[in-house]
Formats: sequence, C-alpha cells, structure tokens
Amino acid sequence: MISQLVFSIVLLAAILLFYKNARKIYRNICLGKSVNRFDNPSERLKTMLLVAFGQKKMFKRPIPALLHLFVYVGFCIINIEMIEILIDGVFGTHRVLAFMGGFYAVLIASFEVLAFTVLLSCVIFLIRRNVLKIKRLNQAELNNWPKSDANYILITEILLMTAFLFMNAADQKLQALQADHYIAAGSFPISQYLVGLLPDAMNSLIAIERFCWWFHIIGVLAFLNYLPISKHLHILLAFPNTYFSRLEPKGKFENMESVTAEVKAMLDPSLPTPSGEVSRFGVKDVQDLTWKNLLDAYTCTECGRCTAACPANITGKILSPRKIMMDTRDRLEEVGKQIDQHKTFTDDGKSLLDNYITREEIWACTSCNACVEQCPVNINPLEIIMGLRQYAVMEESQAPQSINIMLSNLENNGAPWKYAQADRANWTNI
Amino acid sequence: MVRHGSMHKLTERTGRTSKKEIKMENTIHIPTVAELVAKGEAPELLFWVGCAGSFDERAQRITRDICKILSHVGIKYAILGTEESCTGDPAKRAGNEFLFQMQAMMNIQVLDAYEIKKIVTACPHCFNTLKNEYPSLGGNYEVIHHTQLIQSLIDEGKLRPADGNEFKGKRITYHDPCYLGRANEVYEAPRKVLETLDADLVELKRCRSNGLCCGAGGAQMFKESEPGHKDINVERIEDVLESKASIVAAACPFCMTMIRDGVKVKEKEQEIQVLDIAEITVRANKI
Repeated sequence: MISQLVFSIVLLAAILLFYKNARKIYRNICLGKSVNRFDNPSERLKTMLLVAFGQKKMFKRPIPALLHLFVYVGFCIINIEMIEILIDGVFGTHRVLAFMGGFYAVLIASFEVLAFTVLLSCVIFLIRRNVLKIKRLNQAELNNWPKSDANYILITEILLMTAFLFMNAADQKLQALQADHYIAAGSFPISQYLVGLLPDAMNSLIAIERFCWWFHIIGVLAFLNYLPISKHLHILLAFPNTYFSRLEPKGKFENMESVTAEVKAMLDPSLPTPSGEVSRFGVKDVQDLTWKNLLDAYTCTECGRCTAACPANITGKILSPRKIMMDTRDRLEEVGKQIDQHKTFTDDGKSLLDNYITREEIWACTSCNACVEQCPVNINPLEIIMGLRQYAVMEESQAPQSINIMLSNLENNGAPWKYAQADRANWTNI
Repeated sequence: MVRHGSMHKLTERTGRTSKKEIKMENTIHIPTVAELVAKGEAPELLFWVGCAGSFDERAQRITRDICKILSHVGIKYAILGTEESCTGDPAKRAGNEFLFQMQAMMNIQVLDAYEIKKIVTACPHCFNTLKNEYPSLGGNYEVIHHTQLIQSLIDEGKLRPADGNEFKGKRITYHDPCYLGRANEVYEAPRKVLETLDADLVELKRCRSNGLCCGAGGAQMFKESEPGHKDINVERIEDVLESKASIVAAACPFCMTMIRDGVKVKEKEQEIQVLDIAEITVRANKI
C-alpha cells in the first residue's frame, strides 16, 4: 500500500514537473514571429510519417541509421511495457497484462530482444563518440555540456535496459521458485542468460526484482524530466518539427512583405508610402526569428550531419550549422529565463548576433542548402543565417567591403560587376 | 571569371579573344524581344542570359552555344539585350532584400510589358530566382533551365549526337549546381543529356542531393572567403580527381569558374576539361 502511494506521488510529481517545463518551452517558441505552416495537412502528414516516423533521411548514413533505428523502435515498443508498469505501480498488481497468455509471452520476448539491441546500439554509440572519436561527434561546439549530455543519455539508456533485463531475470527465477505474486508469465529469450548471475535466496531475488523495477520506472520518469534541458528533446519534437517543415523548393527564400510595400511605393510615386512602423529588418535576436526557427532549435539533437556536409565547415571555416542551432537554443533559453524572473523580457544588452553567432560565421555560408538537405528532422539553419545577414546589411550597412562593392555595382549597373548596362548585349556583336 | 581578388585580371580575360575567331564562330543573328515586337512578332521563348552569361568571357561562349542550339532546332526565341538586368539573386543572398526586390520588380515590368510567358536560362541562380521568388512579387512565368530544354529537345528527337561524336568513350562526370540540384531538385535532365553521348559516365562521390557546393553561392563569388584551411573549389576538385574523369560537365557559370580555378590550382588543365552541358551538346551534335 505504501509503495502504491509512493509510486503515485512520484508519477504525479514527474508529470507535473514535465508539464511545467514543457509549457515554458512552448512559451519560448511562441516568442517567434508568425509564419503559416498549417496549410496542406495531407502533405505535412506525409512528410512527418516519412521523415520522422519512417526515419527516411537518417539512411543517408546507413550504419548510424540502423543503430538509431534499433534504439528508436526499442524506445517506442518498450513504452508499451510502461503501460503495464504504470498499472502495476498504481494498483499494486504484478504483470497485470499476463492474462493475454501467448500474446503476452510474445510481447515480453520482443521487448527483451529490443532491449538488448538498444543496449548494444548505445554501447556502439558510446564507442563512436568516445573511442573512435568520429569527427562530427567531436567538434568544438560540443565541448563541455553537449558532450556530457550525449554520454549521459547513452549511459542512462544502457542502465535502464540493464535494469529491465535483470528485473525479468529475477522474475523468471521467482516464477520457477513459485514465489507469491510471481505468476508464470512471459518468455525471456535474453534475460534467461542472466539468471545464472543471480542469487538463489528468494528474499534477495525479490529485492533485486523490486530494485530493478523501481530503478527502471524512476529512471524513465527522471529521463522524461531531463528532456527539457537536453538535446534529447528530439524524441518528442521530431514529429511536430517535420510536420511543420517548409514544403517549398529549398532554393526559394521568402520575400519580405514589409519591403515589398516600400519598393512598390518607390517605383510608383502615385502609391502612398507605407506608414506602419516596421519593427526590424532581418534577425538580430531570437524574437526576430519565426516560431518554426525556434522549434527547430529545440528539436536539434546535435548529430552534426549538417556540419559534416557544410562546404564551409569541411574546408576549415568556423561556420557550423549545428552551432547556429545550438546558439539559437541557448540564447532562447537565456531570454526565457529572463522572462521567468521579470515576467517580461528587458533588454539585457545581448543578442543572438555577435554574442552568440559571429559575423565571420554568417558570411562564410554559401547558401548551398546542404545542411537543410542533411537534417534528419528537417531543421533549417540557412533561414537563420540569411536573417542575420539581412539585419547586418539592411539595419547596420555592415557587410564585408567586397559585398558592398558588389551591391553598389548591382544598384548602378544592374550587374554584380562593374560593367555598364549598355554593354550587356555586346557579346552578340563582337 | 570575375572572382573577387582577381579584378585586375578581368580586362585581360574578358572579351579580348581575337575578333576574327569569334566572327567565325558567331554567324547567327541573335534577336532581341524589342526587335521582334517592332516587326509585330513575339518570341515563343525568352532566353534569359544573366550577368555571367552576358559579361564573363568564358560564360559568353556557353551563351552563344545555347543560341546555336535554339536556332538549330528552329525555336523562335529572343533575348532582352540591354533591357535585361540582374535578377537580384546575389543581393538577396547577401541580405539586401530592398535591392533584390527593386531589381525583381523592374525586371517584372519589362517581362510583363513584353507579355513573356516562357523563359529559359543558363544560370541556376537566375533560374531559381525567376521561378521561385518572382511569383509572389507578381512575376509568373514558366521557367526552365537550359539542361531541361536540351533534354526535352533530345526526347522530341530534335537533337541527336552525331555518330562517333568526340565524347564517345570519354570518362565524363557531372557536378550538380546547388541551385539546380538541391534547391530545385533538377538532377535528371543534365544526366539524361550526357547519357546520349555513349560516354563512360562516372558520378562524383558527393553527387545529387549530397553534392558539394563549388563555393560560389550565397554571394561568396564576390568576396574573399573566411579563414580556413582550404578553398571549397579545391575540396570539390579533389572529388573530380578521384573520379578520374577527363571532362567535368557543368551547368552553371559560377560553378564553371570555380571548377576551372580548382583545375588550375591542381595544375590539371591538360588532363581535365570543364565544359557546360550546352557546349557538350553543340559539339556532340556538330551544330
């Protein structure tokens, strides 16, 4: 009875805490400017099913894709087991779903196999990160917290799966000993090999089984509450993020409507000059981004496929599309904390541009869309880079000198080089 | 061409090929839209030449070859001539939305005044901008890239490589321009054109949606690159060397410049030729 009460309190507290933090993230995302990503639901659903659910883009790199698929499928399926654990926890039952008989055995067997593949994949992932030191998993922007974050996630998953398997091992031994409550149920293709490691005394077995059970469930609830401060949030946000993807050709950049009105007035003096005060051209800080850019930032799991494909990064420039996303999230979190403290955001003298992302980074981009193409969850770092350039050029007139020369040629001669418009067709008659 | 930092070389390189040579090459008349309209006619296809195609000496040769193809198959086409102006792509990618929209709206005024319906262009940047970014500013046209035009002419049987064309058996690779490939998912048209050559086609290790940029996009063409350990076009040319191709097919005047520069850096000018799909077509068809 006490354990049921403790379980219920822990469960409720975990859910409430997660809800509180999830709301903050939602509030932060809503700080972004509006953009319509609610059209064409069937196409959006299709994208989500293919890219997030179907992991389509992961398979650009087959080995990590396969390992990730194991962890992903394992995570989804083993969560069915969570239903039983929750019911057992609240009502003090044991293996409440065992009445399903043969089907239950199949379920438990498949959970075991999946738990093992998850465990194995996570071990390989740890080796890739820490021993093989794969380049994209060891770049500068991952130093300190991001690296620990990744390792914590993998170690937690290994521990959770180990606890799950040892729980089953103890359970089957207790079943064999016909202990009270431990009804004969399930099939244990993996944990049968662990039985030999366990003691024979029934009390110790019960203690191990209970410890693993509690460790597993508390671990899962703790992990749930770890998500909001971790890159691992992608397990939830990958779905909305792919649903709200841009459906248009990657080369199409949005035209700024506020500029259109002014340009029209300039070209046709009979039109009234637009009077509405435009807040800001381009992006200086996170509030100038769209909510989708901000959702992108929270969805990023820092896998670095974008950076590994970025021509600037490959050739040693400091631009890293992954860092653009990490910086955006870090700055947004900072702004969010301010709002937590003072109810509203007051200028803290900092901004995304310069305090987080430098000019050198934004000017190194070739706008080639390789980062956008590679992202397994349809994040778009390029939109952010272009927004920052727009601010630098239109609000501050701060572009590299050579870019200013190109722009002035374009303005005066209708070409980016210093040739006269009148000479444009000279090639036809030389 | 006209990469930043080599401006002084520009006069040497541009438009200084011997006049006689060009006269011989350039025997066709290239009509402007204004000219056709004055005769009470209208072109069925506008050839949007672009700044590179108009001013850069190397790209001009591609421009002329496209005109040759258009005349050869009897399409009634025209250029805007001095009425054409930059689409605004480099301004937009450099962050100057004002300048981009000014350029766009002025171009749209010209195109609409001539009631232009269909446009072909040799530059993937012009292609992308005209096709994707002009419609919301009021400019609606059917826009195709020249590789798509050539492919459809081959499909219609209007172009066919001559028997024993010079590319037969040659090892040819293709570099995907970002604004044609990833940006607009045109991967097949240029490859279909090359497939008609009976050549030994080989893909670069980074190709199609995984293609590596030449380094010119996003207004990089017009500036020095940021500090790093390598130029992007050198990284790209290493893919080409690995493919052991003797010809790199290009489909963008900016890629053309970058890849040629890469070939020069590696001192492989004798071994590797960089040719546009249009040039390959003209030579293979002996136009």
